[in-house]
This record gives sequence, C-alpha cells and structure tokens, in this order.
Amino acid sequence: MTVTRAEYCVLACAEAWRGDGEVLAAPMGLVPRLGARLARLTFAPDLLLTDGEALLVGADDQTVEGWLPYRRHLALVMGGRRHVMMGASQLDAHGNQNISCIGDWKQPRRQLLGVRGAPVNTLNNPTSYWVPRHSPRVFVERVDMVCGVGYDRAAAAGPSATRFHRIPRVVTDLAVLDFDTPDRTLRVRSLHPGVSAERVREATGFPLAIADGVPATREPTAEELRLIREVLDPAGLREREVRP
Amino acid sequence: MSAEEAVGGIESGMTVGIGGWGSRRKPMALVRALLRTDVRDLTVVSYGGPDVGLLAAAGKVRKLVTAFATLDSIPLEPHFRAARERADFELVELDEAMFLWGLTAAVHRLPFLPIRAGLGSDVMTVNPGLRTVVSPYEDGEELVAVPALRLDVALVHLNRADAQGNGQYLGPDPYFDDLFCEAAEQAYLSCERVVPAAEFLAAAGPQSLLVGRHAVTGVIETPHGAHFTSCAPDYGRDEAFQQAYAKAAADPAAWQAFTRRFLAGDEDTYQAAVAAYAKEGTE
Repeated sequence: MTVTRAEYCVLACAEAWRGDGEVLAAPMGLVPRLGARLARLTFAPDLLLTDGEALLVGADDQTVEGWLPYRRHLALVMGGRRHVMMGASQLDAHGNQNISCIGDWKQPRRQLLGVRGAPVNTLNNPTSYWVPRHSPRVFVERVDMVCGVGYDRAAAAGPSATRFHRIPRVVTDLAVLDFDTPDRTLRVRSLHPGVSAERVREATGFPLAIADGVPATREPTAEELRLIREVLDPAGLREREVRP
Repeated sequence: MSAEEAVGGIESGMTVGIGGWGSRRKPMALVRALLRTDVRDLTVVSYGGPDVGLLAAAGKVRKLVTAFATLDSIPLEPHFRAARERADFELVELDEAMFLWGLTAAVHRLPFLPIRAGLGSDVMTVNPGLRTVVSPYEDGEELVAVPALRLDVALVHLNRADAQGNGQYLGPDPYFDDLFCEAAEQAYLSCERVVPAAEFLAAAGPQSLLVGRHAVTGVIETPHGAHFTSCAPDYGRDEAFQQAYAKAAADPAAWQAFTRRFLAGDEDTYQAAVAAYAKEGTE
C-alpha cells in the first residue's frame, strides 16, 4: 500500500524526538502526537508522554505513570527536560514564531491564541515546529509578533537567551527543515517523496536554501506503518490534518 | 454566602484574578453574578477562557492580564477575539510562565521574580514597562524581572469546601487557584458542594486540600457553578453548550438572543435554562 503524505509527516515528526532520551515529548496537534507516540513505541522508548491533561501515561497511552499538572509542567519546561513541537501561524527564516495575532498588536487585524508558552518554551527547552500547510502565509519575511524566539533574536538578546535556546526541526506537509546552516537560517533537510524543491520554494515567502540532491524523507518500515495504521490512528484522522 | 454577596465586594476599577485555566474549572457562577452588577473598568488577571470572553462582551474590562484566551476544544475565544480586534481594552500579554511567576511573587510578597522567559520575544516590546535584572552572582546572567501580580479580589471554583473556607480539588489538576487566593486581598471560593471538614479525607488525600481558610473571605455553594467549563470529576465540559456559546458569540443578533435566554436572570434561572436546552438536544 502506498505511504500517504500524512504518514510521512507522522514519521518525520517522530524523527524529531530521536535520541532525546528521558524527556517529555510535548506535541501540539494530532500528527505530532502520533509522531511522539510512534517514536516511543519504536526507537525512543524512554520518552515521557502525557494524556493531554495532567497525567503521564505509559506506551499503551492508558497506564498512569506520573502526575504533571500545569505548575509542574511549567517547572519541567524551565528545567529543560522536554522537547516541544508547537504550531506556528507565522514563522520566519530565523525561526521566529507567531501564534498571538496578525497585524498591529495594539489592534490586530486577526487575534489568534496569544503568546501562550512560546517565550518560555523557546528559551528553555528544544522547540520544534509543525506546520500542516506549508504556505507563504505561514513562512513570512517577518512575523507580526515574536512569540517563539528565533536564532537572530536570541543572539541579540544575549547569553541568557541563547544558553538553552535550540530549534531542532520544522516539519511541514511538504518537507523537513532545520537551521543547520552557518548563519542559522532555515534550510530544507529532506523533501517528502513526491514533493519537488520548486514547490517548496513557491510555498515559502522568503528565499530558502535547498541543496542539489537534497534527500527524500525516509520511508517508514513495515512495522512503523503497521503501528500508525492499526495501533495509533486506526480511524485515519491524520489524513484530515494533512491534505493530500 | 451568596454569589451576589461575594461579588458585592468588587468595586469598579479593582483588579480581579480568576482561577481555572482556559475552559477548565472556571468560577462561572461568580462571573455570571459579576455580569449582573454595574461594576466596570476591571483589571482582569486570568489564564483566559469564557470568563474573559463574557466580561469583555459585557464591557467590564479596562485591562486584561493574560497569556491567552481559549475554549480549549475551540481554540479561539470568540468574544476575546472580537474585543481585541476592536481594541476594547488594554492588554498585558505575558508568557504562561511569566504569569505564574507574577502570581508567585505576589503570594510571597516579593516585588518581582527573575525568569529567563520573555528575553528576545515581543513580550518585552509590547510591555515596555518590563525590566531585566542582572544576577549578583558570578554567572552574571541578565533575566526578566516579572512584577508581582497583586490582586484585590480572587474568584475560584473547587469541587468541595467547608463553610470556613477550606477548599478541596478532586480533579487531576489544581491549576493555580491557591496562588490566586493567596495573592488577593479578598478571595471568594465557590464549590460544587459544601461539606463538613470531617468528610474531606474520605474523598481524597490531604494534598487535595488546595486552598486554606486563612486565604479565603467567603464560600459560596454553586452546584454546576463551573458550567459550561469542566469540573472533573464532578462533570466534564458541556461541549454542546460551549459550541452554542461560541456560535452565538460570533453574531451580534444571536448573542442578544443567547443573553436573553441564558444570562438575563439569576443563577437558578441560568441552570434551569441550561437544563431545558440540554433536554431539547436529546429530544
């Protein structure tokens, strides 16, 4: 059976947590959550996961193994033993993220969520992003409000800001991206199978580095595919978050 | 005491902290009582949910201190969104952890607490009054000094309380209700059921006794008082009603009809109207 785009996305999200060890995987959104659970069931068994509320649950997603109400969750963030994958209404080439509002902050054209925990996340624990629709509306030259802090703004704010700052990965419906460049700007790490470099460039609102011969996002193993389809998401909800 | 007596202590211009988180265990009966007063120009301090939405829609908010306003299962609080897009009130937009540090500083009678969060972000830009401090130790780190969030009044809702003001939560998350009470001059605790203190430990261990009577001014028994937000384990969020709220909030005429049907009378009238609405849904 053909691997769907949504399934490549789940796998690419899972890969973001590879090698993280005994830290909380904090996914925002369905596809990142499936990814975190897939990672835990396969190559990252030490990850901690919540039930989406205040409980830490085992690999079966049911057995309660710990308690993590908001106050302890925030302490965990500041202690750094967590890798969060947040959403982004806007994201720029340096990794500055906006989820607060669109337009002038004083009277926004469109009010969104508010800063939430983006400032504390980005300065204290690794923060990756999940963008289900890679488009020039999301990938912009300049975000309207910096909620999650990017590499340039962290550097400008000084050593306290850069000390624990890291953006390991940006996963979208088209590609996997990271900031492993000399000037810490966004580049394509892999293209999902069937997606051309040109398509990603067109969907990005700033010049984007895509090396010749950039690899494809890896194929899932038969076992990974079985877990996604039969154990983690038998109802196929992933296909609603990622359009074909 | 009654919800009316509790909110009778709130005057125009005061700073009111509201417990819970998003659309979870909000003291909605007390918020509804506040809607029925002519109090205005409030500074509201809240991890925002429909409490913020309702007070904003009623024009009672002069200033809002928050990190977000959400209905959880519906990501954007519609009244909050509309009010922001009209620039109806002043916003102090803080990060979730900065907000916690502000409350914690107030509880401990400190002027501020240092935190890494905020550096490099536009939270520093939109709050030009925020200052940084430099660690006096050899690390020399520069950190944000989050000012104390002192409250005139706190409103919180728990599962159980005794008549003296000891409060017990039975759900999985205490949120920050103890901090709201301890950061306030006056704190009003509504609960699902008032019980004798002797019954507390039969329901849960002593660590469930979140709020102490030394930090509480008055107790109000308001069954379903968190409706339509969740109050686990007594009840979950009323998703159908919340959807109706959000739908009505998006349209001025529909909101007028919603207000007439649900918010024109007292709390008993509200709960009866909700019960009638739920019955309609099942017929």
